[in-house]
Amino acid sequence: MSAWLRLHSMAFGATLSKLASTPFSTLLNILVIGVALALPAGAYALLVNLQAAARNVSSDPEFSVFLSTEVQKADIADLERRLKGLTGIAQIEFRSREAALAEFRKHPSMGDVIAALDKNPLPDAFVVRVADNNADSLDRLAGTVRGWANVEHVQVDSAWVRRVAAAVGVGRVSVLLLAGLLSFALLAVTFNTIRLQMLTQRDEIEVSKLLGATNGTIKRPFYYYGALLGLLGGGAALAIVFGALLVLNRSVAEFARLYASDFRLAPLPPADQASILAFAAALGLAGAWLSVSRHLREFEPR
Amino acid sequence: MIEFSAVTKRYPGGHEALKAVSLTVADGELLFITGHSGAGKSTLLKLLPVIERATSGSVIVNGQNVSSMRPAAIPYLRRNIGQIFQDQKLLYDRSVFHNVMLPLAVTGVHPRDAGKRARAALDKVGLLPREKANPIALSGGEQQRLAIARAIVNRPAIIIADEPTSNLDIEYANEIIDLFVAFHQVGVTLLIATHDENAVNRAAAKTAIRNVQLKAGELVS
Repeated sequence: MSAWLRLHSMAFGATLSKLASTPFSTLLNILVIGVALALPAGAYALLVNLQAAARNVSSDPEFSVFLSTEVQKADIADLERRLKGLTGIAQIEFRSREAALAEFRKHPSMGDVIAALDKNPLPDAFVVRVADNNADSLDRLAGTVRGWANVEHVQVDSAWVRRVAAAVGVGRVSVLLLAGLLSFALLAVTFNTIRLQMLTQRDEIEVSKLLGATNGTIKRPFYYYGALLGLLGGGAALAIVFGALLVLNRSVAEFARLYASDFRLAPLPPADQASILAFAAALGLAGAWLSVSRHLREFEPR
Repeated sequence: MIEFSAVTKRYPGGHEALKAVSLTVADGELLFITGHSGAGKSTLLKLLPVIERATSGSVIVNGQNVSSMRPAAIPYLRRNIGQIFQDQKLLYDRSVFHNVMLPLAVTGVHPRDAGKRARAALDKVGLLPREKANPIALSGGEQQRLAIARAIVNRPAIIIADEPTSNLDIEYANEIIDLFVAFHQVGVTLLIATHDENAVNRAAAKTAIRNVQLKAGELVS
C-alpha cells in the first residue's frame, strides 16, 4: 500500500473515531442536515407520486365527437370512414343516441326526467381513443375533427392533463428553490462544524505542521468529516421521508378506498435516493473545503 | 551545513530580534547559543524550520536558502529537522507512544514500521516502560525526554532545541545534556539555545562543543 493510500485510510479512520467520540453533537448535526434535506426530498417524493398518478389517469387519451341531431345514417358512416382514415387513432367507438338514451333511463334519478321529454335530446357520438399518449397529439386530432361538417362539438379531456402538468412544473420549481435555499443552510452548518472541529484540534494541527505535515494531510480528515456528515445527513433525510410516506400512506389508503382505488404513495426511486445521498455528501465536502481553506491559515504555528 | 549570512529579523511593530547575524555551523557540530532571554536565540532557531522567515539575509540549510522557500516545500524541510520546543508542544489527548508516532503518521509511514521506530526512539530516551501513559502523568524531565524522542523518531540530521533544560532539576537537566552529547557522537548536528551555564559546561566536559553568544540580536562571540 502506498503512503498516499495509507494517509487516506488513516485520515478516514481518524474521522470515524472523531465522529464517534462526540456521539451527541454528531447526532444533532446529522439531524439538522437530515431535516433540512428531508423538506425538499419529501416534496420531491410527493411530486413524483403526483406525476405518476396523473400519468395513470391520462393513460386513456380520448375525445368525444358529438354529431348534430339532424345527421343522417349515411353521414354517420361517412364520418366513421374519415375518422378511421386519420393517422394516430387507436380505436373508434360509435354510441348511438338511442343507446345513450337507454343508458340514461337506467339511471334511477334520470328516469323521470327522460320520460318527461317528448323527443330524444341526445346526439349520436363517437368516442375516439388516440394511440399517442400525449396531450398535443390529442389536441391536434380533436382540432381536425372539430372542423368537419355534421360535427357539433368535440370534447377533449386533455385540458386537465395540461393543468396537472403545469402544476407539477410549478411544484418542481418550488422544490428546486427550496433545495437551493436549504443547501446554503447545509453549507453553513458544515462550515461552522468544521471550524469548531479545527478549533478543538488546534494543538494537533499546529504540532502536525511543525512536524512536517503538508497542508493536504492536515485538510484531509476534515474533508472526510464534512463528506461523511453530509452523507449521514442525507441518510437521515431519506429515513425521515420514508417514515413520513409510511405515515401518510395510512391516510392515503383510507382516501383511496373511498374512490375504489388502491393508490399508494411510492417511496423514492433508488436512483433518486442515490442522487440525494451523493448531493448531501458533495455539499458536506464543499462546506468542509470552504471552511478549511478559509481557516487553516489561522493555525500557523508561532 | 548551515549558514546564516547577514540575517536580520524584524518583527511587525519594528522590534529587531536579530541584527546582521552571520554564522556557519558545520555538519556534526554541537553548538550552544547562549544569551539572556530576548537576545534572539529562539528567533535564530525558528529560522531553520521556517517558523519565522528572515527579513533580510539568507539562511542556507544543505544548500537550500530556506528563508525564500515556497510554502509547499516547507513540510519536507521540517521532516529533516528534529525540533525540541521551549513549551514542548506535547499532545495531552493521547499516549506517550502516540505522541512519538505523530511525526511518522503525518508522513504516511507504515504503522508496523512506525511502531518499531517509535519504540526505538522511546527506548533511547528511557521512556519505553511509560509508553502507554498520558504525557500529563510524566515528570518534567520525562516530558522533556518525550519531546526529544518525538524529535529524533524521523532520524533527522539536524536537531534544534530551545531551552531544553529550563525548569528542570539539575539531575534531569544532566540527563538531557547527556542525550544530546550521545546524538552528537553519532554525527547529528545540534543547535541548542540555552541560558543554562551548567548545561554548557557539562557538555563541554564530555565532548568538543562550540558556544556562541547573542546579545540584543547581535553575535558577540
